[in-house]
Amino acid sequence: MTLVPPPPVSDFATVRASPEGGRCEGVWTLDGILDLEQRLLDVQWPSGALQLDGSTIRALDTIGALQLLNVIASLEQAGHTVHLTGLREEHQALLDLVQQRRGSGAAPPPSKPANFLERMGRETIHHLYGSFTFLVFVGEAATTLGRLILHPSRFRWQALFANLETAGVHALPIIALLSFMIGIVIAYQGGQQLKFYGANIFIVELVSLTMLRELAPLITAIIVAGRTGSSYTAQIGTMQVTEEVDALRTIGIPPMDLLVLPKLLALTIALPLLTVFADVLSIFGGMVIAQTLLDVNFQDFLDRFPQVVTLTSFLLGVGKAPVFAAIIALVGCYQGFQVRGGADSVGRQTTVSVVESIFLVIAADALFSILLGGVGL
Amino acid sequence: MNTTVTPDPPVIMVRGLRTQFGAEVIHDALDFDVHRGEIVALVGGSGSGKTTLLRAIIMLLKPAAGSIKLLGQEIIGISDSAAFRLRRRFGMLFQQGALFSSLTVRENVAVALREHTRLPAQLITEIADLKIVLAGLPADTGSKLPRELSGGMLKRAALARALALDPALLFLDEPTAGLDPVSAGAFDQLVVQLKESLGLTVVMVTHDLDTLWQATDRVAFLGEKRVIGYAPMRELTAAEHPLIRAYFEGPRGRAAREQAGAK
Repeated sequence: MTLVPPPPVSDFATVRASPEGGRCEGVWTLDGILDLEQRLLDVQWPSGALQLDGSTIRALDTIGALQLLNVIASLEQAGHTVHLTGLREEHQALLDLVQQRRGSGAAPPPSKPANFLERMGRETIHHLYGSFTFLVFVGEAATTLGRLILHPSRFRWQALFANLETAGVHALPIIALLSFMIGIVIAYQGGQQLKFYGANIFIVELVSLTMLRELAPLITAIIVAGRTGSSYTAQIGTMQVTEEVDALRTIGIPPMDLLVLPKLLALTIALPLLTVFADVLSIFGGMVIAQTLLDVNFQDFLDRFPQVVTLTSFLLGVGKAPVFAAIIALVGCYQGFQVRGGADSVGRQTTVSVVESIFLVIAADALFSILLGGVGL
Repeated sequence: MNTTVTPDPPVIMVRGLRTQFGAEVIHDALDFDVHRGEIVALVGGSGSGKTTLLRAIIMLLKPAAGSIKLLGQEIIGISDSAAFRLRRRFGMLFQQGALFSSLTVRENVAVALREHTRLPAQLITEIADLKIVLAGLPADTGSKLPRELSGGMLKRAALARALALDPALLFLDEPTAGLDPVSAGAFDQLVVQLKESLGLTVVMVTHDLDTLWQATDRVAFLGEKRVIGYAPMRELTAAEHPLIRAYFEGPRGRAAREQAGAK
C-alpha cells in the first residue's frame, strides 16, 4: 500500500452513492484523503440504513482508516445506520487496529486558560522566587570564595587561566575597534559644538572625562556581557541538559568550584584591564578627530591631558569594572543553572542572562553616579 | 498493497558504497539490499559504521562513491525537491529520540504532517493522537512535554513521530538501548506488530541480542568496511567468519540463542 506513488487526481478517496448506500473508491491514504469532506458534500445519501461497500478501496493506511471511521461516525450522527462491507482482509485488519487503539483512551480534557489575575499572581511569585534563588546563588558563591581563600591550594588555577584567555585576551580586538569608534563619535559630535564657540581645546576634557569615567567602563561591560556572559550561560546550560553538572556533583566536584568561581575571578581581573585598554583606544580615537577636524594636534592634546584629568577620574572608571564583572559572571552562571529540559531552555536562559546583566550593569552605573555625586566626586 | 504481483525490486539497494571522514574510510565497496516487508538489523562491532550506513541511506550524509536506491529512486545527486518528496516516505527514530524539546508530544508528531500536507488542523490533531496510541502510549501523553516522559515513553513518542506520515520505510537507531528488559521486549513486539498491520519495511541498528532473535527477518553483519554476513539470525550465528563468531560466541550471545531456541 505504502509504495504507491502520490495518486493522480482521479484516484482521490471518495464515496459514490449507490442504491444501497455508497461505494468507497480511490486511494484512502495520506495523499488521497485531501479535501475528502468537500467531495462528500455533494453525495446524495439514501435515507435510513446505508450499505457502504469497501471492496473498491484501492489502498488504505492508518490516516485513511481514521478518515473512513470519521465518515461513518458523521453519517451515524446524521441518523443513518451504516454497515461497512466487502473490505479486503488486510484493510479490515488495519481498520480494526485503528478503531480499537483509538477507543483505548478517552480524549484528554482541554486545559482551561488561566485568567488575568491568576497569570499575574503566578508571574509575581515566579519573579520573587527567581530573585530569592539568585540571592541564594550569590551567597553560595561568596561562601565558596571564602572557603577557597582559606584553602587556596584547592583553587582551579587552570580553569582561571583558560577563562582569562577566552574572556580577556580574545576580547581585545573587538574592544579595541569599538572603543576607538566610540571615541571618534564622541569627539566628532562634541567637537562640532566646541568649534562653534571657538573652544576647540576643551575637546581634551570632553573626550577624556566622558570616556574614563563613564563610557569606557560601560561599553566594555556591555560588550563583555554579550560576548562572555552569554557563553557562560550557554555552556553551563548545555552541561545541565546533558547531566554533566550532575556528573560533577557525583564525582565530588562542586559545580560552584569548577564552573563558577574561576569564571567570576577571571572576569573580575579581565574586565578592569579591558577597561584600561578601552580608555586608551577611545581617547586615541578622540585625538584623531581633534587633530583632523579641530586643529588640536597630538602634542597639544597630550600636554593638556594631565592638567585636566585627575587620577581620581581614571580610578573611578576602572573601579566600577570589577563590580560590573561580578554582575555579568554571576548572572551568566546563575542563568546557566536555571536551564531545565533542552535546547529551547538554553536559548531562553541565554537571552535572559544577557538582558539581565546589561540591565543590572546600567542600574549599578546609575547607582555609582548618585553615590559618588553624594560624596562630591 | 499493490494488486500486481511482480517480483518487487529491493526497497533499499546499496551498491559499491564508499563513505569516509577525511582520510578514514568507513565503508568500501559495500553492497546491501532490503526487500519490502522485511525487518532487517545492522550489527557489527563499535565503529563498524552501522549508524553511518543508516545516515547515508536517509540522506543525512553524503557518500564518497557508490549508488543508493531508496524506494526505486537514486539518492546520489538527487534534486532538492525530489529529496523532499522522498523524505515523507520514510520515518527515522533517532537514538536519543530527538524529540523537539519545546513542543508537546502531540505537536512533535504533527510537525511532519503540517510540513508535508495541507490537511485541516483538527484532522492533524486527530491523526497525531492516533499515532500516539498506535505507538502504545496512553492517550493523555499527547499534551506532555518530552522532558516529562520516561526513557521508554520517549522512544515510543519518537516512534509515533517517525510513523506520522504512514511511511513505507522505518529506520530505527538502537531502539531498545537504555530500556529495561520488559519495555525492550514490548518495543520489539510493537515493531513486529506495526510491520504486520501497516506493511512497513524496517531497518534498525541494534546491539540487543534479544531483539535480533525475536524481531528480525534478516541480520546484516558489518565488518571490514562492508557487509560480511547477511542472513536470518539462525544462519548468521552459524557463520564461520571470525568477526561474526567473536560477536555472537560470547556468553551473552549464547544465552540469547539458548533462550530463543527454547521458545
